Amino acid sequence: MNVDQLSTVFGALADPTRRAILARLADGDLAVRDLAAPFPMSQPAISRHLKVLEGAGLISRSRRATVRLSHLEAAPLRDATSWLARYQAYWEERYDQLDELLARLQREATATPAQQPTPSKAPKSKKRKKQRGRNRS
Amino acid sequence: MKLRINAPAGTPFIDTEREFDAPRELVHRAFLEPELIVQWLGPRKYRMTLDKWDARPGGEYRYVHGNDEGQFAFHGVFHSTDVDNIVQTFEFEAWPGHVSLEQIVIEDIGSGRSRVRGHSVYQSVADRDGMVESGMSEGMDDGYNRLEELLARLAHPVGATS
Repeated sequence: MNVDQLSTVFGALADPTRRAILARLADGDLAVRDLAAPFPMSQPAISRHLKVLEGAGLISRSRRATVRLSHLEAAPLRDATSWLARYQAYWEERYDQLDELLARLQREATATPAQQPTPSKAPKSKKRKKQRGRNRS
Repeated sequence: MKLRINAPAGTPFIDTEREFDAPRELVHRAFLEPELIVQWLGPRKYRMTLDKWDARPGGEYRYVHGNDEGQFAFHGVFHSTDVDNIVQTFEFEAWPGHVSLEQIVIEDIGSGRSRVRGHSVYQSVADRDGMVESGMSEGMDDGYNRLEELLARLAHPVGATS
């Protein structure tokens, strides 16, 4: 997926009505009439949202008899998620290393005899947080 | 301690937020002092070397992440180094001309803890997404493996070195 497509996908996902439409389509294909039912919105308004979703490749539409059914396309959603996951992994690795460094610096500061350890709660909370936070992440 | 990310659709921004178990002043030092920054900013599988590091307003920096497989260099200029407003430009040399503006705000949240907020501004939405596609992906393919290693090490600490 190129960057322009990705922007289109994020743009399409930026609207709560469109996200709700996608959530409903996850259970199966629906016609505009059925999609519009739970929303305080006209069918043409819903159709405009469907057009945006279709443009982003998030849904496809097919005609069955006189009804146009909307179908959820999962691939672009997966791409959008992996884009953010990648950015997240990038910074998580660095910040986890920063965590380690900060813990080490504080251990060293309190262990140095020349330096009077300040009665701060930092070393204590550091220990506790390490057990709790790190093992989970 | 989970990293929170917000990349609003249609904007050239990326916001991050992360808490640390250390006082604000120490976190500030970790972002500015050359002997500290090399210990955490690089991807785990690379060595990070500083070519230039002049952390004061108007000061330049250039660093290289590398191993036998390759090298990736980044450079920019510091505009402010205040604890509540570290501002620097950032450019990946493999993607010249695409310069972003990085802001770091370090907040004291009490009990010796700090919150680091990052705000990155790219020249366009396409640049923002492209940066993640190109530069960010470098050395990140096995990011989760590195994380596992880290967790294993934390479970069996080697001990303080002072």
